[in-house]
Amino acid sequence: MKELWKGNEAVAEAAVRAGCEAYFGYPITPQTELLEYMSRRMPELGRVFIQAESELAAINMVYGAACTGARTMTSSSSPGVSLMQEGLSYIAGSEVPAVLVDVMRVGPGLGNIQPSQGDYNQLVKFGGHGDFKAICLAPSTVQESVDLMALSFDLAQKYRTLVYLVSDGALGQMMEPAELPPMRPINKQRPAWALTGADHRPPNIITSIYLDPERMEKLNLRLQAKLNEIRKNEVRWKELMTEDAELLLVAYGTMGRVCYTAMKQARSEGIKVGLLRPITLWPYPSARIAELAEQVHGILTVEMSAGQMVEDVRLAVEGRCPVQFYGRMGGIVPLPDEVLNVIHEMNEELVMARPGETVTVS
Amino acid sequence: MSVQMTREEVVFKRPAPLGEAFTHYCPGCTHGIIHRLVAEVIDELGVAGKTVGVAPVGCAVFAYNYFNLDFAEAAHGRATAMATGIKRVQPDKVVFTYQGDGDLAAIGTGETVHVATRGENITVIFVNNAVYGMTGGQMAPTTLPGMTTTSSQTGRDVELQGYPLRMSELLATTSGAAYVVRRSVHDIANIRKTKKALMTAFKVQMQSMGFSLVEVLSTCPTNWGMPAANALQFIEEKMVPYYPLGDYKVMDAVRPLVVN
Repeated sequence: MKELWKGNEAVAEAAVRAGCEAYFGYPITPQTELLEYMSRRMPELGRVFIQAESELAAINMVYGAACTGARTMTSSSSPGVSLMQEGLSYIAGSEVPAVLVDVMRVGPGLGNIQPSQGDYNQLVKFGGHGDFKAICLAPSTVQESVDLMALSFDLAQKYRTLVYLVSDGALGQMMEPAELPPMRPINKQRPAWALTGADHRPPNIITSIYLDPERMEKLNLRLQAKLNEIRKNEVRWKELMTEDAELLLVAYGTMGRVCYTAMKQARSEGIKVGLLRPITLWPYPSARIAELAEQVHGILTVEMSAGQMVEDVRLAVEGRCPVQFYGRMGGIVPLPDEVLNVIHEMNEELVMARPGETVTVS
Repeated sequence: MSVQMTREEVVFKRPAPLGEAFTHYCPGCTHGIIHRLVAEVIDELGVAGKTVGVAPVGCAVFAYNYFNLDFAEAAHGRATAMATGIKRVQPDKVVFTYQGDGDLAAIGTGETVHVATRGENITVIFVNNAVYGMTGGQMAPTTLPGMTTTSSQTGRDVELQGYPLRMSELLATTSGAAYVVRRSVHDIANIRKTKKALMTAFKVQMQSMGFSLVEVLSTCPTNWGMPAANALQFIEEKMVPYYPLGDYKVMDAVRPLVVN
C-alpha cells in the first residue's frame, strides 16, 4: 500500500526494514529528518542509535560497528560528507561494509541548504585518499530512494564495500507516495572476518596499514579486482524513448525527473528526444552511453552543478557526437522549460548541421 | 649416590593474550610493560575470547601484532569512536582502546571527551610519554613546559606553544566517567599499582558501570634523548610533579570493585 512519505523519513524507514542494526550521525540540513527519525525508531526496536559529536566521530563509529559485520549506516549532507572522507577511506581500505546517505546541498564552503548535485566528484571519484570507488546509487523519486536503500545494504555486504545513496535536498524534503517493503529480520549471523572476540579461533585483525610496499600493493590489487567485479555486475540505468532518439538527455536524481518532463514536452513538439538516467553513478553506464552516442546526433547533460557528471559522459562518448552541458548552481533547480529551451537550441543546430552530416560521426 | 628429583613448577610465564612476536618498541620503552599488564589482566579475568582491542595511530599502531586478540586499527584520534561502534553492537564483548598522548589528547580530544561523557562502557589505556614517538619526537599535547622536542627545539615555551593538557583531571569532570586514574610504570611498586588499576578498569566495564580510563606515564628514551635508566628517573622527577599519580574519578558504585 502506498503512503505519503517525506524522502528523508522514507529512506530511514527503508533502512530499518532492510535490517540496519546501527545508525550513527550528526545533524545537518537538509538531512536532519533522517537522523531524527532514526533517533526514535532505532531504540524502539532495540537497535543502536548515536548522535555523535561530529561527522568525524559518526563515520568512525560506523567503521567500528561495521567491523562486527552488523548492517551499519550514517547519513549526512555535503559539508558533513567532506568531513567523513578520512573515515570512508579507512573503511574502504579495511574492506568492511557500510552505507552512507548523502542528501546533497550547495557548496563550496558552508554554501546553503538548497538542493545541489555538487558532491558528484567527492562521491563518484572517491574524495578520500587512495585508489578506491564506492558504489553510488542515485534515486530520482522517493519510491526509488526506498528501493535503493535496501539494495545499498545488500551490495555493501556482498562486496564488503562502501555504498553511497546519492540523494539531494529536493528528494530528501519532498513528499511523495511510496510503498515500503516488509520488515526483514536482522541477520545475527556474523561473517568469519568479524571482530567478535577470538573465541577458539585465531584472532581477526581489521586494518588498512601495511608497511611492506609489496603487501600494500597486493591489498590494492585485490581492491581493484573487487571494483572490476562490481563494474562487471552492477551497472544500472534507466532509458526512456531512446529507440528512435536523435537527441539524448543524460541526467540523474532530481535532474533526471526534470529532464523527463522536458523530454515529454519536446516529444509533443515532434523533437526526437530520449533520456538516459544513470542509477549507478559508479559504476557508470559508460558502455551504453557510448552505444547511444553512435545513434544520436547530440547529447545534453543537465546537472545542478557547474558540470561534474558531464566529464564522465564525455569520457564515454569519446567524441562520437557533440556533448553539451546545462546546469544551475546556488540551489536553483533547473525548470523543465529551461531544459526545453536548450533542447530547442541544440535541435536547431543539429537540424542545420544535418544536411551535410557534419555533426554525427558513426 | 641418589639423585633428588623435584617437580618443576611454572611460576612465571607469558600470559596467553600476549603474542610471541618481537615488538618494534625501542630499548627502554615501557610500552612493552604496559602491553604485558593488559594481557595479564585480560588473561586473569578470562575474557580473551570476547575481547576486542582498538589500536591507535602512534607508536602502538601495531599493538594488534602483539596481542592474541581480535583487533581493529583506527584512524588517528578516532579509536574511542571506533570502540563505541564495536561495543554498542556487541555490548557483551570487552572493548578497549590503547592510545598515546597525540592520539588521545590532540587530534582525538573531541572523541575522548565525548566518549567519557557518554559514559561509553569501554576501557581506555592512555599511554602518556609527553612526546610524539612514532613521527620522531615532536611536541605533544602533554610535553612538559621547557621540554625539548624536535618541534620545540629550545624547549616548550608556554607563551608560544601553550600548556600541556592534564587529561585525567579533565575527564574526571565528566558525569559519564566511572573510573579515571593516573599511574606510572617507572618502578616495580608503580607497575604493580598500574596492573591493579587496569584490573579495576576492566571490571568496571564488565559490570557495565560506564567509562573507564587508566592513564599510564611511560618512557620514551629515544626521543627524550637519554639512557633508559635516566628515562625512568625523568618520569619520577619531572613528569609525576606535573601529572600527579592518583585516582581522579571513582564513582561510588565502583568502589567495591577497586582492586587494592
